[in-house]
Amino acid sequence: MSSDRHPLFKPLIFVGGLVFGFGLGFSHMARPEVVINFLTFTDLGLPFVMFGAAIVSGVAFATVPRIRDAAPLTGDSYERRLKPFDRNVLVGGAVFGVGWGLSGICPGAAYASLGVGNVTILWALAGMFLGAYAQGYWRSRATARDTAATGAD
Amino acid sequence: MATDPVLLQAVADLFPNGISRYAVGGLLVGLGTVLIYVGTGIPAGASTFLESTLSYVSDQSRFQRYVGSRDWRLVFTAGIVLGGLAFAATVQSGAITSSLYQPGTTGRLYEVGGVTLWMTEVQPWRLFLGGILVGVGTRIGKGCTSGHGVCGVGSASKTSVIGVVTFLAVAIGTAQVVAALGVSP
Repeated sequence: MSSDRHPLFKPLIFVGGLVFGFGLGFSHMARPEVVINFLTFTDLGLPFVMFGAAIVSGVAFATVPRIRDAAPLTGDSYERRLKPFDRNVLVGGAVFGVGWGLSGICPGAAYASLGVGNVTILWALAGMFLGAYAQGYWRSRATARDTAATGAD
Repeated sequence: MATDPVLLQAVADLFPNGISRYAVGGLLVGLGTVLIYVGTGIPAGASTFLESTLSYVSDQSRFQRYVGSRDWRLVFTAGIVLGGLAFAATVQSGAITSSLYQPGTTGRLYEVGGVTLWMTEVQPWRLFLGGILVGVGTRIGKGCTSGHGVCGVGSASKTSVIGVVTFLAVAIGTAQVVAALGVSP
């Protein structure tokens, strides 16, 4: 994670984000109504978005490390996304679930939703920043017993 | 029998907008993730952006740990926003048509400078209150729909599978209760 990265590092991240955001728009996951329709069982198509994407990334995560040793733009080795399990995964997951079920929007979809013209989603984005700040403020104070913490996406 | 009209009708009722727009959209979300992974080795999730961006304005230790990644996460999010806009300017505006895309009837469409944009009708208090819980929950729970759901599940991570099952089950329960209370949209 150094600052002197390959000149194509940020352009590639940007292009990846473009494709990612286009997909969220095309799938309608950027529309809270569509997420709520899935959660209330009136349109069951939504899992094809997350699991479709998981299959595509899963194939890459399984094959790319066998083909190459290190990523060309960072020199970092290819690793899977593995996080340690603890109670926070359940507590945080449940809190996220209540928020997602109430609003019909998750972070990535909220960014894409702004792009498709949904200015009202700024309410959700403001809430997300507020929530992220509140837990960060609280956890920064609890750092003493938080030494084994790892990053999260 | 596969051609049983009652069965076909049942399937059509469960998938009123078909599955192609969902599947194609999911493939693109996966493709964006893979592009970044192949080039950089990073399995990128969307919700860390919330904390990494807060590190620009707050020196809380919890946010400062993301200083090293905050610039590229900002670029990733800008890409996602503009990717949504690119979708609006092409497919949503009808400049590109495809039998794989089902436009649906949710929300309301409006036009700015020849681009068809879309606005939700879900009430702002739901978005704001839900957003706060999403902000707290994704950060405490170590991931969101893309971090756990796409990258974590794609990594066959047990932690992520448990995370996804947890937030999916709770979200279904919550949405059912909210709907039963008569809150709409």
